[in-house]
Amino acid sequence: MNDAVLRIQNLNKRFGALHATKDVSFNVMPGEIHALIGPNGAGKSTLIAQIAGTLPPDSGTLWLDGQTLDDLSVAARARQGLGRSFQVSSLAESLSVRRNVMMAVQALQGTSFRFWTPVNSDTSLREPAEAVLEQMALSHRADTQVAELSHGERRQVEVACALALKPKVLLLDEPMAGLGPEGTAKLTTLLETLKHQVPILLIEHDMDAVFRLADRISVLVAGEVIAHGTSETIRNDPNVREAYLGDDHA
Amino acid sequence: MTLSLLFEQLLNGLQLGTMLFLMASGLTLVFGVMGLINLAHGSFYMTGAFVTAWVTGTTGNFWVGLLAGTLAAAAVGALVEFAVIRRLYQRDHLDQVLATFALILIFSEGTRWLYGSSPLWLNVPQSLAGSVRLPFGVEYPLYRLAIIGMGVLIAIGLYLLISRTRLGMRIRAGENDREMIGALGVDISTLYTLVFALGAGLAGLAGATIGALQSVQVGMGEPVLILAFVVIVIGGIGSIKGALVGALLVGLVDTLGRVLLPDLFKLFMEASAASGVGAAIASMLIYILMAIILIFKPNGLFAVKH
Amino acid sequence: MTQSHTLTATGLARTTRFRLDREGWISLSLLLILVVGATVAYLAGERFFVNLASRMVIIALAGVGLNLALGFGGMVSFGHAAYFGLGGYVAGIGAFHAFDMTPALGIPFLPNGSDQMIPLWLTAIALCGLLAYGIGRLSLGTSGVYFIMITLAFAQMIYYFAISWPTYGGEDGLPIYIRNQLWGLNTNNSLVFFFLCFGLLVLALSFCHRLLGSRFGAALTMARLNPIRLATSGVEPRPIKLMAFVISGMITGLAGALFADLNGFVGTSMLDWHRSGEIMVIVILGGVGRLYGPVAGAMLFVAMEFWLGGLTEYWQFFLGLVLLAVVLFARGGVFGLLAGRSRHE
Repeated sequence: MNDAVLRIQNLNKRFGALHATKDVSFNVMPGEIHALIGPNGAGKSTLIAQIAGTLPPDSGTLWLDGQTLDDLSVAARARQGLGRSFQVSSLAESLSVRRNVMMAVQALQGTSFRFWTPVNSDTSLREPAEAVLEQMALSHRADTQVAELSHGERRQVEVACALALKPKVLLLDEPMAGLGPEGTAKLTTLLETLKHQVPILLIEHDMDAVFRLADRISVLVAGEVIAHGTSETIRNDPNVREAYLGDDHA
Repeated sequence: MTLSLLFEQLLNGLQLGTMLFLMASGLTLVFGVMGLINLAHGSFYMTGAFVTAWVTGTTGNFWVGLLAGTLAAAAVGALVEFAVIRRLYQRDHLDQVLATFALILIFSEGTRWLYGSSPLWLNVPQSLAGSVRLPFGVEYPLYRLAIIGMGVLIAIGLYLLISRTRLGMRIRAGENDREMIGALGVDISTLYTLVFALGAGLAGLAGATIGALQSVQVGMGEPVLILAFVVIVIGGIGSIKGALVGALLVGLVDTLGRVLLPDLFKLFMEASAASGVGAAIASMLIYILMAIILIFKPNGLFAVKH
Repeated sequence: MTQSHTLTATGLARTTRFRLDREGWISLSLLLILVVGATVAYLAGERFFVNLASRMVIIALAGVGLNLALGFGGMVSFGHAAYFGLGGYVAGIGAFHAFDMTPALGIPFLPNGSDQMIPLWLTAIALCGLLAYGIGRLSLGTSGVYFIMITLAFAQMIYYFAISWPTYGGEDGLPIYIRNQLWGLNTNNSLVFFFLCFGLLVLALSFCHRLLGSRFGAALTMARLNPIRLATSGVEPRPIKLMAFVISGMITGLAGALFADLNGFVGTSMLDWHRSGEIMVIVILGGVGRLYGPVAGAMLFVAMEFWLGGLTEYWQFFLGLVLLAVVLFARGGVFGLLAGRSRHE
């Protein structure tokens, strides 16, 4: 199991009496999309917060590419190669798309304590940012303010920002939410090609997308992973059908 | 350092703490319920003192003056809330700071315009003049003792108000969830005006009672205001309990530091240098206390979640 | 529409540096008014008005410092009087010991005081940087109202320290008998002193302009707009903010050193929290987050102080009304009124 890119082992988090994350372990392998699904209140957000570094777990360990992420800040995890997008879009609204992406390029290149060279004409920042935007088919929006973007475009910009970090793993928190059929289809195609560049941990509500995209799926119910496996196994797992899909689907 | 002096200073510290609690409870209540930072809180303190001095001067009765001063501060508070403050609830803290800073300028200069620059004097009422004999051979002014007693009563009163009454229930609801309280059908703007007036009234009461110990002058509210800020930062902004603990802590540390530190430094410095350095350090003591508490508890001793 | 937007934006990016927009023209005019005003006043023999212009320039410089933290870093510091006053006291204490020919602070192994502006400025900048580092380290762990109150409280700590330390005048303050010197210049000449201050203001403005366009500036902007985005991009927001806070304190401290020399006096009034409020008011009057906002704010503020102060003893009453009106109804300040909404990017 040493070749896993992201390895999560025995993660636990309690809020008082509530055991929000119960001994969660799984991993993300190179070249795969690993989906994490679960009904509302299953503890997905809590788990993501612990992976991203905004919430310290009570116990358990995270490895990224063989190195532990424990006790690292959000920014340090990003530098280690954890790229993420948010459920609720989190970009600098008043800046252009390019400037949002350039921030990640700048971080990737190391220090931000450079006080003299203007960033606007800095090709070493602009070009990588534009390359990512082109990959995401966003070149025509590079100079647009984020505030003017559509919902779907924001999602794409978030992914672009994460990609600009040249991450080792991509953590996407419900990227399809609120996209509509056309946007979902577009993003699905994109993620399919993207997974060969960087493995993806996909947290998603849209079941069709998950079953289509995911190489493996972990199912989180009440803070606990109750099943691991391919789409096929998960679809037929009686526990999952009962706990997750509910009786009327059984 | 004799035991009696120490005991006396302990009481002085308590008395300062009481005053600070009256100021800080209003500030912290307004912040907790409305999310507003109010720099002009010291102006209500000043209003209370001026009106008390003025009414006492004309009627010759301190108690009438005290009542008038407290009510006037509450009324001015309600008026200010209605005219200015309620436009600020939805604004960011920067706007709140600036607008209430503007209010300070208006209040201070306005008062100077009305009353002139020379201070007013207010005497301790006849019934509370003189001093009482306490343990350790301390002769302590009755008036200061009465202030401490009043502080205790008001702390209990506030506790009962917030935990037992309908208004208190709404205040607590407002602290926890501002949207929720609107959904409950409570008239928010009236509640906010009431809370603001209550805070202003407490500040006015503090100013009025202190007015009899010091001179009543323009700007008198500002040092107290900043001490009250230190108090609520230490106690946790929004927490009445924090305000109480913080006020007593600041009152005691400040008072005792000023007395003890110069003596302490005399142990290893020559006398004149010791009193200079001691006084300088003592004046910084509460800020050092605040810094230390912030290192360990960035949101104060009784942090309130927002 | 999208097409034309993209075109103009790319066009702008190429030509911005050589073409002035409206905001640029206003900024340039403000500087010109100061220079021409001071020179004309000097030629007319009106030393008072030259000094008034110097006062505008120095207060603007203090505001430029605060604006870096407040306008560009989103850190609402209510304690910048601490740096302003510390800078002032460095100038005052240096001159005091130079005059007495005693070592600085009376500590035997320290060099004697100095009446040379350059070492005094450098000392002021260094000490203010140090102080801002300490205060920033402690305050940046908090945010919102806490940050405002804590910066205020720490500035008060410095204020009370200055009051209760008798060596340098305590409450009475410390006179500077002879204005500090700079090479062979006659710093006592009001116009020479004006241009010294003006030069430093322009220097600070250019420095900030450059800084804000740099990688650091990009990170600082992001720290203000969306610290979560900055952290997710892999940059720790706190050191970025702390650095901006330190530079901010340094610039305001330099202004303080100049202010003490302008008045020939340094006192606790430079450390007073009203001063912190005033510097903030200047930034707001001009327009938050506009590089030249503090210049406009300082000119307006000093002009009001002079004009209203001449009309009534209670001029601050009207200052309060103006400020209240600006906050409630004209949020963009002078630049917001004249140049419209601020540009992005």
